[in-house]
This record gives sequence, structure tokens and C-alpha cells, in this order.
Amino acid sequence: MTTDPVIAMPDQWLQMYGQMLRIRVFEEQVNELYTSGKMPGLAHLYIGEEAVAVGVCQALRRDDYITSTHRGHGHCLAKGAAVDRMFAELLGKEPGYCHGKGGSMHIADPETGNLGANAIVGGSTGIAAGAALSARLRGTEQVAVCFFGDGALGQGLLYEAMNMAALWKLPVIYVCEHNRYGEYTPAAEASAGDPLARPAALGIAADEVDGQDVREVYAASLRHVARARGGGGPGFLMCHTYRFRGHHVGDINRSYYRPNTEEEQWARERDPIRLLGLGLIQQRMADAAALERIEREVRAEIASGLEFALAAPYPDHGEVTQHVYA
Amino acid sequence: MSMLSQATAGVPRAAGRELTFGQAIKEALAEEMRREPRVFIIGEDVAEAGTVFKVLSGLVEEFGRERVIDSPISEAGITGIGVGAAMTGMRPVVDIMFGDFITLAMDQIVNQAAKVHYMSGGKLRVPLVIRTTMGATRRSAAQHSQSLYAWVAHVPGLKVVLPATPADAKGLLKSAIRDDNPVVFFEDKMMYQLKGPVPDGEYTIPLGVADVKRTGTDVTIVATSSMVHVALEAAGRLDGTGISAEVVDPRTLLPLDAETLIASAQKTGRVIVVDEGYQQFGVTAEIASVIAEGAFDSLDAPVARMGAMNVPVPFSPVLEDQTVPTAEAVARAAMRLCGRA
Repeated sequence: MTTDPVIAMPDQWLQMYGQMLRIRVFEEQVNELYTSGKMPGLAHLYIGEEAVAVGVCQALRRDDYITSTHRGHGHCLAKGAAVDRMFAELLGKEPGYCHGKGGSMHIADPETGNLGANAIVGGSTGIAAGAALSARLRGTEQVAVCFFGDGALGQGLLYEAMNMAALWKLPVIYVCEHNRYGEYTPAAEASAGDPLARPAALGIAADEVDGQDVREVYAASLRHVARARGGGGPGFLMCHTYRFRGHHVGDINRSYYRPNTEEEQWARERDPIRLLGLGLIQQRMADAAALERIEREVRAEIASGLEFALAAPYPDHGEVTQHVYA
Repeated sequence: MSMLSQATAGVPRAAGRELTFGQAIKEALAEEMRREPRVFIIGEDVAEAGTVFKVLSGLVEEFGRERVIDSPISEAGITGIGVGAAMTGMRPVVDIMFGDFITLAMDQIVNQAAKVHYMSGGKLRVPLVIRTTMGATRRSAAQHSQSLYAWVAHVPGLKVVLPATPADAKGLLKSAIRDDNPVVFFEDKMMYQLKGPVPDGEYTIPLGVADVKRTGTDVTIVATSSMVHVALEAAGRLDGTGISAEVVDPRTLLPLDAETLIASAQKTGRVIVVDEGYQQFGVTAEIASVIAEGAFDSLDAPVARMGAMNVPVPFSPVLEDQTVPTAEAVARAAMRLCGRA
């Protein structure tokens, strides 16, 4: 439980509880859509990592920027995207956020500061720094958050971008969602030494939190955002988390790269939504009835969003040549 | 390259002032930076050094280090920063010193800049210019001499500009900066000292409009960038043999002004495409194909191609000079095409 009473406001925690649950139920529905053959392409589920997106985005203004990843549904929703248009995009439908031309891995929503999910691992680390430079040049006091996974720790662009962010004190926060596996490879086999020592070596304020505890993520994010917005330069936040499902929906048999017992233990003991719910009840910030009410509302919203997307039209064939050039 | 200093045919007729190619580039940047505060420059040694080619000298003094930003040697990083800044309201000009180094930034150019507008369903835009160089015969060997624009001209979503004269360079760069799309702008580093007339006052040249640099009736030489001057010299030589050569400069590869190329081919019936990129799978192949498809019924001979030799660019001058098309070789090819050799 947080030690900072200033940020311990019941309404905010309930909002974050609802937001995490919205992501969870959304992703469960994506899984269902995919396995029942209704959704084309690929789906990388965020289930288990909800506290990271929600804790970070809760600390942002609506006009602050984020860049996201191939596992991006949670970031988009946490930054304010609407469920119905998300589903529509995943189904390749006209009212989707990108008119069906981006799909699961490329949802962008500039109205909520979302500069887009990116299916190149580490591909947006420079874009986030550029958005931060842009905010500085335009004098807007916006900050940019770059979400990336531990897999991106192997990409050189990350270090080029962090180097310049540090040199020029750009208002950008690099949020590493360390979920322990890059695709099917344990992080320890892919990353030498202490990953946190890398930003630290560049003089970037770097720390780590339990990514299953949204309270910790939120508190750390507030500190990073305040420093970046105030001109104190970039930050690096390592969130230790776990992807409860496979690398993508089709990754069913996973025992060759991680034991079932490990998955079961995380799901049983480290579920970020259950952890927050129990904490709120213990601290008397909410009762079970309140949490159930939130869940009912979320499930209704997801159901109606899905209904909208299933009924929505596909884009006209002519859409294929639209927006190649501005 | 003595022909470069004389080659001024085909530029806009205008009041008599001459600038070098490099001065024209700088003038375009300065004018656009005065006009639009969102334009800034980022790259290696762009500020006080004014780049290794000294093209940008004086800009940091006028616009300050906030808008002329010296970066580390991080081509992918500065390109990514350019993309992100462009997506959020700025109009960056990223300077990549040698065109060979765009290989380091290819993901950011090809997977990010080129696709953001499309993937976002038109909601995000990337008004970004990447200025870089091209061209051999500088004795710089295999990693500082290539003309790699075919790599980016392959990618939908990008625009690709190849200016051949100071006047074109200025007008095209101003258009590139005002364009809402990512534009890769290739400057032949051997042409920075080339002088030519540049109109006084404000003007732009639209992207996607070819320029007939010299009119003729017997053979069309389609040439890009530095090869425009090679083609003009070849055309001069051909005059003495009674062959009238037309020289057409596409000026931009993307968009490509196919209409003008095809019209010239229909008029002359014979075409040579000359370009400094590698010949294999390159610009000459694409343009030859566009002309063959568009002007087939008018052609008296297959479209001929002359690109750079398909070898890494060698260092030794006696070797390097063999790799790039020359006026003599172009003239010889034209004579062959016209049945004179």
C-alpha cells in the first residue's frame, strides 16, 4: 500500500480499478474473438500487465504523449481510447481508430495523445524522444512516455534515443514493461548485466517498481512525470510484471520456455486487479459491492462495444489507396 | 567534372544572379526557417561546423542552437526524433551526412515515417525532410559514395527528390519542407560548388513535375541529379553528329512524372535512362519500364539503361571513374540507338 497519503484518494483508485478491469475484460474478449475465428491477424494480450499502463497513464494529462508496442491494447485504453472503436479496429472495420488499416498492432489516437502502437520492437523509442523535443520547442510542457518491453533492451535505437534525451534533458519517460520473456526467450538469456544500470550510466533517473501493484506504479510515475514536466529531464521506470498469457493468442503450449507452475503462481498471487481490490477493501476505501458494481459496468461497456464493432461495416474497397500520402 | 561548372541549361530563366548548389540549399533552408518557426534542423555537425560540406554555414548564427541542433552520431536516433517531432507539430529537417548512412536509419524511414499516416488512417502526419547526399567520384570509396535513392523510392508513403541544378535545388527543397509527407532529399556532394542562375525572390517548384532540360527530336535521355549534366554534355556532342537529343530530368522519383517521360519518348521514339544508382534493380529499370509500358507503340528501339556499375564503389581513381556513366559513353549509346554506330 502506498506510503504517500497525498495520492491515496479513493476515487482515483476506484477509477484505476475500473480501468484495469476494462483492459482485462477487453483482452479476454479479444481472445474469444480470435479463437472463434472472428478476428484476423495477430493478437498479443496484455492480461496480467494492466497495472503498468493504468498506473502510468493515470499520472498523465490527456495531451501528454504515449508511444505503445505490439502488446498495446492496454496502453491505448488506459490513455483514453474507447472500447467500441478499439474493437472495430481489431476487426478491420471502418469506424476503427485507423479505418481498419492499422489493426491490433498499430492503434493510434492523437486525440488522447496516443502516437500509435508500434510493431517494430524498440521502434518508437526515438519517436517518443522526438515528441518530447517537439513539446519543448513548442513550449507546451507536455511529456512523452515510451512503453516498451524487456525485449527492446536489445535494440540499439533505445540507447541512441536515451542518450539524446539525457543530453538535452527532454521530457520523456522510458517505461520498461519487464514481463520476463521476449517472445519465447527468458530475459536473462537476452540481456547482460543490470538493465537499470544502462539508463543510470547515461545520467537518467532510473528506478524500478512492482508492476503488479498499480499504487506503486502510479506513485513512481507521478514522480517521473513531475520531474520531466518541470525540466528535470528524462526518466526510466522499470516495471516488473508478467504476461499471464502467451506471446500471442496462438502461443498455447508454453512449457518449453516457462513452467506451468510459474504461470499459475503469478495468476494466483500476483494478479494486479485482485491485489488492488483486496487492498481497497482492507483499507476500507471500497466494499465488495462497489467493486462488483464497477465490474458490471465494465462488462456492459465491453459487450456493447463489441456489439457495435461486430455490426460495423468494413471499409469501402477504395479505402486501400487513401492516406498513402497526406 | 568540368562539365558541371558549365552546365546551366534548363534552369528557370530569371534575373541574373548565380548561386552554387550549396548556397541554393542554404538559402532555401533559411527562407523556410524565417517563414515557419516550426522548421528546425537536426544532424551531425550541422551547427557551428555547418556540416562537413559547409552547406549550412551561418544558419546557427541566425537561428540559434534551439533550431539548428548538433546531434551525436546516431542516424537512426535523429531520424526517429525527427519522425516524433513531425508527428507532433514540428517540421524537422534531418541531416544525414552521407547517403550511405541512411542504411542505419532504414527502420525509421521505411517502417515508421513512411507508414504512420496510412497506419493511423490519416490521423497522424509526418512532415519530415531527410536531407542526405549521394554520388561517386569523390575518391571516398565504397561506404561514402553510393546513390541509394532506389531503396527509398521503393517505399509507398515517401517522396524522393533528386535536384540537378541550384535553381531546382532551392525550389524543390522549399516544397519538400512545406510538404506534409516524409521527403528524402538527395544532394550530389560533387555538385555543391556547381554554379547556376537562381531566380530572385520567392518561388517553389512542385514535387512530381519533370523538367525538359533540353529539347530534341531524335533521342530522349532521361537523367537524374548529376547525370543531367552528363546527359547535357552528351547531347552537345551528339549535335555534331546530327543527332538531336532531348534531356528530361524527372527531378523527383516519388512522385514520378510519368506523363512527361512518356510524352518525350513518344516524340523521339528512342530513350536512354541514365542514373548514378546501381543499375541492377534500380531507378533505370523502373523508368525504362514506365516508358516501355506507356510509349511502346512509339518506340523504335528497346529503352537503354545506364546506371552505376554493379560493384562496390572502389577507391582508386582509375577504378572509380569506370563505375559511373560518362558523357562519352552516353553519346556512344545514343548513336548506337540511332543506328549510327
